[in-house]
Amino acid sequence: MIGRLDLDARQQSVAARGWWRSHKWWLLRRTSQIAAMAVFMLGPWAGIWLVRGNFASSDVLGVLPLTDPYILLQSLAAGHGLALTALVGAGLIVALYLIAGGRAYCSWVCPVNVVTDSAHWLREKTGLTRDRKLDRRTRVVILAATLLAAFLTGRIAWEFVNPVSMMQRGLITGVGLGWGLVLAVFLLDLFVARRAWCSHLCPVGAFYGVVGRASLTRVAATRRAACTDCAACFNICPEPHVIAPALKGKGSPVIRSGDCLNCGACIDSCPVDVFRMTHRFAGVEEGAAPARRRAVTPRRAPAAGPAR
Amino acid sequence: MAGPRRITRRAALGEVARVGGAACLAGLSLTALVSMASRADARALRPPGALPEDDFLSACVRCGLCVEACPYDTLSLAEWGDEAAVGTPFFTPRDVPCFMCKDVPCARACPTGALDREIPDIRQADMGVAVLVGHETCLNYKGLNCSICHRVCPIRNEAITLEKGEINGRAVVLPVVHSDKCTGCGTCEKHCVTGHASIRVLPRDLGLGGEGRNRAGRAT
Repeated sequence: MIGRLDLDARQQSVAARGWWRSHKWWLLRRTSQIAAMAVFMLGPWAGIWLVRGNFASSDVLGVLPLTDPYILLQSLAAGHGLALTALVGAGLIVALYLIAGGRAYCSWVCPVNVVTDSAHWLREKTGLTRDRKLDRRTRVVILAATLLAAFLTGRIAWEFVNPVSMMQRGLITGVGLGWGLVLAVFLLDLFVARRAWCSHLCPVGAFYGVVGRASLTRVAATRRAACTDCAACFNICPEPHVIAPALKGKGSPVIRSGDCLNCGACIDSCPVDVFRMTHRFAGVEEGAAPARRRAVTPRRAPAAGPAR
Repeated sequence: MAGPRRITRRAALGEVARVGGAACLAGLSLTALVSMASRADARALRPPGALPEDDFLSACVRCGLCVEACPYDTLSLAEWGDEAAVGTPFFTPRDVPCFMCKDVPCARACPTGALDREIPDIRQADMGVAVLVGHETCLNYKGLNCSICHRVCPIRNEAITLEKGEINGRAVVLPVVHSDKCTGCGTCEKHCVTGHASIRVLPRDLGLGGEGRNRAGRAT
């Protein structure tokens, strides 16, 4: 039943542009995720201390403090005064994601993303279609709820259940019952709803989504005139609703929604190179008139270009 | 999808109420869960310089920098089922006590102030207080001169002293803890020779009685 390694959504691109170009961003992002975990694990597991701590707060080479701004926000809601080191660390992280794209955290750093992507892959391969529809805004509600709970309990509330931190800690300092939660997320994504955790429930992603509304690095459908309506990007995208305004709208081709993970899956999957990893001020590329359509059969007539 | 979405005031208010209600409900559920899960077991002690437990849980981001700073592997981050709230640093003195490093590297590593990084001296640390709980099992109470707790105590002859006493007409020397000197490092608990330590480090509020009001309302 499980056939090819890659998802059906990439097939057209693989046929048109080859395997490597169809997996470029996917490979880069997995490399980044593994590297991010590895530098934290090198210390405790191999005694090579490039970075100390974990994603909640860390100390890079003994000079650079980094702190998770969402956890710090909860700490603030819980009534703890700000400490300078943590504040500087959180500021640096916010600045980083204002440049790299808010939810780049989710797709380029967070280890749970590997788990949920695997669940999604297995889901597609085994043809599991059961999808209990969740509202994408649920995560914002949960984000608000965690801050409320932090305020009421005087504790950093979400950290009592956060599977994201559980998994990071599990990898960095050893295994514990926290893995049960990670497994729960995997099963949720596999059996209950499509992309349930990362795209609907996780308040960490929702927080970075807020940062991402103003972030610099963005994906844009700069050559949208070439679009053949094959829907590969919509099929592969974890947040498909972010694509339409940029690809089919008349305004800016930039995907501006904070929900976009900057994962580059649309770039990988597009057989005619519509998308680019660029910045939020990018415009439509001129001279990108309806292009060569190698080995691609459009399902409908091509979308109207700017000429109409 | 042309033009901005138009919604009526009624729909907008309804939406706000729904989302707000859901957020409150979820927030209260999480509140209940957190207050249930954040009772630290008396056996779990916090690193030196830790804020009082309630403040500690509002400040500690569970990054493990203190754990990695400890040269003796005393500290660890709690996992589910451990004595302390999940992810927070603690130590179990019967396994590995605090070795009372002079420069307190764990507290210095804390980025959030959950541990006081300005702590001037490890002797000011207040991880708990040793309490001789086993008056029926402690060998000194049985008339032997074990006194191992007294001998291993790093604050020698100050935190634990040996005092002459008399039990059932027999002269004994008894280890006596002085809470103003004891930091709660747990070296005594670690080395106590009885199967279950007769002297144990407890969080201060448990280990020490204290002034307050008795049930008649009189100060005691």
